[in-house]
Amino acid sequence: MTAILKVAGVSKAFGGVQANRNVSLEVEAGRIVGLIGPNGSGKTTLFSSIVGYHPIDEGSIRFEGQEISRLRVVDIARLGLIRTFQQTRIYGGMTCVENMLISSSQRDARLLDLFQARSPEREERAGDLLDFVGLYPKRKLEAGSLSFGQQKLLEFAMALMNQPKMLMLDEPTAGINPTLINGLIDRLKRANEQFGITLFVIEHNMRVIMNLAEHIYCLAHGELLADGRPEEVQNDPRVLDAYLGAH
Amino acid sequence: MSDAHKKLAGRLAILAVGLAAPFLFPAYQSQMAELWLFVVFALTWDLAGGQMGYNSFGNVVFLGIGMYACVLTQVGLLYDIGIYNGARGGGSATFVFDLPHYLEGLALGLPVGALLAALAAAVLGAFVLGMRGHYFAICTLGLGVAAGEVANSWEWIGAGSGMVPPTPPQVIGDLSRFYYYFAFALAAVTFLVLGWLYRTRFGLAINAIRDDEDKAEAMGLQTTRIKVAAWVIAAVFLGVSGGILGNLKRFIDPIDTAFSGATFGVWMVLMAILGGKGTLWGPVIGAVLFEVIKEATWTYLLGWQRVALGLLIVIIVVFFPQGILGWLRERFPDRFGRRVEADLSGTAEETAR
Ligand SMILES: Nc1ncnc2c1ncn2[C@@H]1O[C@H](COP(=O)(O)OP(=O)(O)OP(=O)(O)O)[C@@H](O)[C@H]1O
Ligand SMILES: [Mg+2]
Repeated sequence: MTAILKVAGVSKAFGGVQANRNVSLEVEAGRIVGLIGPNGSGKTTLFSSIVGYHPIDEGSIRFEGQEISRLRVVDIARLGLIRTFQQTRIYGGMTCVENMLISSSQRDARLLDLFQARSPEREERAGDLLDFVGLYPKRKLEAGSLSFGQQKLLEFAMALMNQPKMLMLDEPTAGINPTLINGLIDRLKRANEQFGITLFVIEHNMRVIMNLAEHIYCLAHGELLADGRPEEVQNDPRVLDAYLGAH
Repeated sequence: MSDAHKKLAGRLAILAVGLAAPFLFPAYQSQMAELWLFVVFALTWDLAGGQMGYNSFGNVVFLGIGMYACVLTQVGLLYDIGIYNGARGGGSATFVFDLPHYLEGLALGLPVGALLAALAAAVLGAFVLGMRGHYFAICTLGLGVAAGEVANSWEWIGAGSGMVPPTPPQVIGDLSRFYYYFAFALAAVTFLVLGWLYRTRFGLAINAIRDDEDKAEAMGLQTTRIKVAAWVIAAVFLGVSGGILGNLKRFIDPIDTAFSGATFGVWMVLMAILGGKGTLWGPVIGAVLFEVIKEATWTYLLGWQRVALGLLIVIIVVFFPQGILGWLRERFPDRFGRRVEADLSGTAEETAR
């Protein structure tokens, strides 16, 4: 197995706040890897650093062997590394189908490719993926009128539409109706198995991440605290401490 | 009648009315020509303002560049521009344009105007489209003012005394009617091209930029290129409309005609918002309404026009920001292909295949 993502010694500060300090981790291709940690421990900051949202202070980030820490957001996305947002971002004024149609992969697309009419295959894929997350009946609704949980599902479907090699999900189950969470875990696993997408998932819900991830990293105060298989991390006294200490 | 037939019938009706109008209402030819140019203004403004969420108050830059470029080409083909403008509009006996030359000048001048306007949009766009929201709006406002000042002090193009387009040969006859058809054709082409554009993925991409530009970028859309391309497309049509407007008005004042931010620059925004921004028909409806209101009331307002216009802007923006079509779309979403309720009939398996 080879690492598709390699983060080495990454630090990032916002003014006086050291959000990430010397973080190193690896995500193996084809796996589902989790990232946990108490509130404010720097999980979202790390995601943002990886996808080029802000420059990092030090360290190196490699995706498929290529150094990406100085690339722009759009160029990293076009390499096939996509993230979803903790606050959920969709195109509110467009219908769900339109949200899907414009989310298809841009990897080899040039500007001129945008001047094509909509293709039936793309529409079909959009419909299939909306069905996959259970939003097909709402396909003609304006995305902004969906509930928060539904918007999260739509954002997940949009990410799948993009056919990334690796998908980073920031708290995919937050705000989702608890009765639907098991179904979502199942879908995340299927996205990983059927579509072959490597997943890197931030999650607060312990039950979810223990169920989902094969390997888990835990951050606390911006530093990597522990990592290992789910049961190892779950029973790690430092992890328990960090979570209890935070509450 | 099927929907496609209705649509075709509607378009043919508009075509027939558009072609016959100068003969039906000869007294209003120049106003009607102006109306079609206003349609172009509103449509092209909405491309960036409504569909992409970039509110520009500087689109007059492209209008003015197109206007000057066209007229200068028309003149420059036959005469020395410096001498022509030095005559300050006099010397119509010296500067004669016969029919072949006049048409040749136009045939070359209009595309040159489009080209230079597009070039300006590409260059300026690369800078100002990096700004967002109010910063972009204010910056474009500044561009419009600056362009006017440059034209106002540039001797070669007539500076503050303006420039007179070539005098058309006698055979052209009614100049307003002649340019009415140019304006009508341009409006029709602009409408069709933008209608097509909004059905492509490009249309979706600019809507995505309007709704959440950061997200669009995170999904791999090359937003900078897309934004500049949208502005360039708008500038092409505005550039042509400038050439037509200059010749129609028969006199180009650098600040009151070419780079008139206080009239055309604001009016295009107003027309698009009035009709409903972010829709294809909204700007058309807005332009028609605006021109009718303007012509019907302008002469009675006696110097209070700008005050009335200012009030109109405030009223529309505060109380009616979604415009006529936006309001209709909210009331009757089904008619616009949008739903407010889930459609529970079947899954993708059943309907998509
Ligand atoms: N743009 C920013 N400017 C200033 N400080 C920031 C910024 N983003 C994050 N921070 C700070 O960095 C620290 C880490 O924040 P981050 O959002 O990465 O945590 P998190 O682990 O994702 O937390 P949560 O579980 O609440 O989402 C916090 O102290 C936060 O206040
Ligand atoms: Mg977070």
